[in-house]
Amino acid sequence: MTTETGRGAKGDILLTMRGLKIEGQADDQWHVIVHDIDLDLRRGEVLGLIGESGAGKSTIGIAAMGFARPGCRITGGSIVFDGIDLRAASEEEKRKLRGARIAYVAQSAAASFNPAHKLIDQYTEMPVQHGVMRKAEAEAEAKVLYRRLQLPEPETIGFRYPHQVSGGQLQRAMTAMAMSCRPDLIVFDEPTTALDVTTQIEVLAAIKDVVREFNTAAIYITHDLAVVAQMADRIMVLQYGHLVEEGIAREMIAAPKEDYTRRLLAVRSFRKQGQAEIDRDKPLLRVENLSASYGGTVMVLKNVSMEIHKARTVAVVGESGSGKSTLARAITGLLPPLEGRVFYGGEEMPPALKQRTPEQLRRMQMIYQMPDTALNPRQRVRDIIGRPLEFYLGMRGLDREERVRELLTMIELEPDEFIHRLPGELSGGQMQRVCIARALAAEPELIICDEVTSALDQLVAEEILKLLQRLQDELQVSYMFITHDLATVRAISDEIVVMLQGEIVEQGTKDEVLSPPHHEYTELLLSSVPEMDPDWLDNLLAKRAAAS
Amino acid sequence: MTVTTMEGALPARPSPWASRISVAAVYLFVVVLFLQIVRDDTLAAILGLLLIHGYSVIVLLYWRNLERSAAGDKAIVTLTLVYMLLAVLFWDRFSALPWSTFFGLFVVQAVALLAVRFWKNLRKAPPTAWFGMVVVLFYVMIAATAPIVAPFTETEIVGAEYEPWGGQFLLGTDNLGRDWLTRLIYGARNTIGIAFVTTCLAFLIGGLGGFLSAALGGWVDQILGRAVDVLMAIPSLIFALLLLSIFTNYSVFGLKIHPMVLLVVIIAVLDSTRVFRLARAVGMNIVVMDYVEVARLRGEGLWWVITREVMPNAMPPLVAEFGLRFCFVFLFLSALSFLGLGIQPPTADWGSMVRDNATLITFGDITPLLPAGAIALLTVGVNFVVDWFLHQTSGLRDDH
Repeated sequence: MTTETGRGAKGDILLTMRGLKIEGQADDQWHVIVHDIDLDLRRGEVLGLIGESGAGKSTIGIAAMGFARPGCRITGGSIVFDGIDLRAASEEEKRKLRGARIAYVAQSAAASFNPAHKLIDQYTEMPVQHGVMRKAEAEAEAKVLYRRLQLPEPETIGFRYPHQVSGGQLQRAMTAMAMSCRPDLIVFDEPTTALDVTTQIEVLAAIKDVVREFNTAAIYITHDLAVVAQMADRIMVLQYGHLVEEGIAREMIAAPKEDYTRRLLAVRSFRKQGQAEIDRDKPLLRVENLSASYGGTVMVLKNVSMEIHKARTVAVVGESGSGKSTLARAITGLLPPLEGRVFYGGEEMPPALKQRTPEQLRRMQMIYQMPDTALNPRQRVRDIIGRPLEFYLGMRGLDREERVRELLTMIELEPDEFIHRLPGELSGGQMQRVCIARALAAEPELIICDEVTSALDQLVAEEILKLLQRLQDELQVSYMFITHDLATVRAISDEIVVMLQGEIVEQGTKDEVLSPPHHEYTELLLSSVPEMDPDWLDNLLAKRAAAS
Repeated sequence: MTVTTMEGALPARPSPWASRISVAAVYLFVVVLFLQIVRDDTLAAILGLLLIHGYSVIVLLYWRNLERSAAGDKAIVTLTLVYMLLAVLFWDRFSALPWSTFFGLFVVQAVALLAVRFWKNLRKAPPTAWFGMVVVLFYVMIAATAPIVAPFTETEIVGAEYEPWGGQFLLGTDNLGRDWLTRLIYGARNTIGIAFVTTCLAFLIGGLGGFLSAALGGWVDQILGRAVDVLMAIPSLIFALLLLSIFTNYSVFGLKIHPMVLLVVIIAVLDSTRVFRLARAVGMNIVVMDYVEVARLRGEGLWWVITREVMPNAMPPLVAEFGLRFCFVFLFLSALSFLGLGIQPPTADWGSMVRDNATLITFGDITPLLPAGAIALLTVGVNFVVDWFLHQTSGLRDDH
């Protein structure tokens, strides 16, 4: 147990956990999900908890408030917050602590705000409830904090409803709310995971600034090592509820001791090797001046043209709302475009899905972001993969069964074990593999991948990328890879299309786009991707401040 | 991550000889019964034997695909054997009514199969759900074997009017001198049977319409939706009375519609509006899922989308609604009978039994309340089961 702290050595120990053990209920049985965790946090110190989903990081974060989620229970160890034993404390005592001295910022600010009340009313509720301030004082205070967190129009933004501000602003308003009673400890549970990279920067900067300003201790939970490197003084790496490694952030990033930490650090290092020769005159897919809108007057796609060649990967990059998914929908015919044409293998495709022949549909397949909603929960893997075989290729009976097994082997799932499973009996990564197999079953030439890795843990996502790459090498399929994650783009793409508000702002080969000179927006996107260097955020902010 | 290991290895069967002997016993029983029915008619005998074998094949196929255990196998075999033992003990009654005996056997086996299939969930059912299931099963068994269980036949006048309880007539006789207990038992069969058929029809119409509406959207949805609105705008009891009196003397192609068919169709249509609303709402949530989009992208037709993608995922709320709807139809039917427009005499029916004998209440006799009590008990039982089922499928937990 290290007692040394980095720059957070500003005071006494605030929170201590010893031998913390938490159990969770699944299938009517209790399983240990957090094993003997020891944790020390000093005043003003930021502790990063990192690990993949299921590592128990959120459970520990919530336990810091003396609370266990429904379906979980704390079965062992001690939690002492500033001299108060939270396991022995009564509900009433804990209620007084929560909000006033310990605050919590959840991953989805949109889901945590009550949509029926104005932001400022939700802000003032807590200090007024705890008797720290009167309402007018709290309101004045809120405006100060809003300004501090660099929210636009800090005087009036509080009088808006949650749906009237953007996701990044909402997350900052949430942070302001957590700060309202000047707590000693804030638990940040993946506060930026749901945000775009460019928005993430703003929120990270704001959180870092206020935590430092008010000397608040924080537990920062994330699965992204690069983000935690910016925020934390000390990092604890967790896996399956066990502590893997603990240390000072800088030291750990520079010299990880454990293999698991090293794998987490190396997660973005995968690079595509070599690329197929292309025939410039014969693109597989050519999109000409595509424009589309969702029934309204607002154009979601404006005059988009692009090409995809055989056995190549084209990454389409942009923030949410940039029209990249709409582009995929327009190409597949799910959303017939208003203008423009789609050529596939030299032949013009009818604009609407209904007008296309099964053969045309077969040649272009799609994989989705959320594998759990893309698989019918009532169909077994055999039928999920078997249906395209039956539908497009007319395979039945033993032929079909054999081919399904071949495909399962191809996506590295043991056929005997997985063929009769339901999607609910698969992990996220396995589900995404089944989705890939379903797309492959149709023997397509182009697969459109819509954010296929963003719902997955980093290590799993990397495995999926490697699998997709191997399949491309073996089967010569082309990918249109829609993503907001530039690390993925670096890893897998041959060509890049950058989109902003429905328009293509830059396109070209990977080297052209990723090396300067960039378009202004590409530059912003590229510079916003967190790097492992702990000084990256400070340097970047300094650079941006100097530029403006 | 929950990984079921059910399918990995099927547990060992009970001893093969035990199962072979019991299968042979059931077979023998069925054939003997069957010969009772057909007697000298050779053609009917051949057809009937084919039918029996077809049915056996279906049961066996289902049986093979069932996730089951040795205990489950034993349970099914035991239940069947117990029923057969009863039949042998009271062979006179049972053999005189072979059709009812068959039907009873069918119900016993169906119940046993279902119980084994869902044993994993059943084991955890709360006492209220068990109570509900026992009540429902009791009613179903009574309804299935009514002629065997009842002391007299349905419409037979066996004594004086309004005889008291006890003696030959356990619950006395009614206004025409028919046995109360017999009427009550036959009433279960008629009322439950008709309510069941009506609910099924209502779900067929409403469910299909609702899913069509959800899957197609646009003007189909508008037309179906507005049509349902119109039907729902009129109070259903009054509307039903109206329709019944209009169509009673109506004929199709010169054929008069049987009053029972008319009743079933009218109630089914009126009730299908509620089913439509639910199916449409549930379907709407499902058609926006990515897996439905995948199916559309693949070029699947409407039928596939509805039957393979939407329907299986809409089942839990619909099954729960089926239970509730069944109760409402049942009450509605009894209400109509009470008003004299439902099931027509001399067919025994709980609603009309209350009305016909209502005078007794003024003399302080509670006998006419028995059918009302029977209705109430079944309604409560079905609701307990449905509550539990909804609780299960909605994933609610019992924390705090």
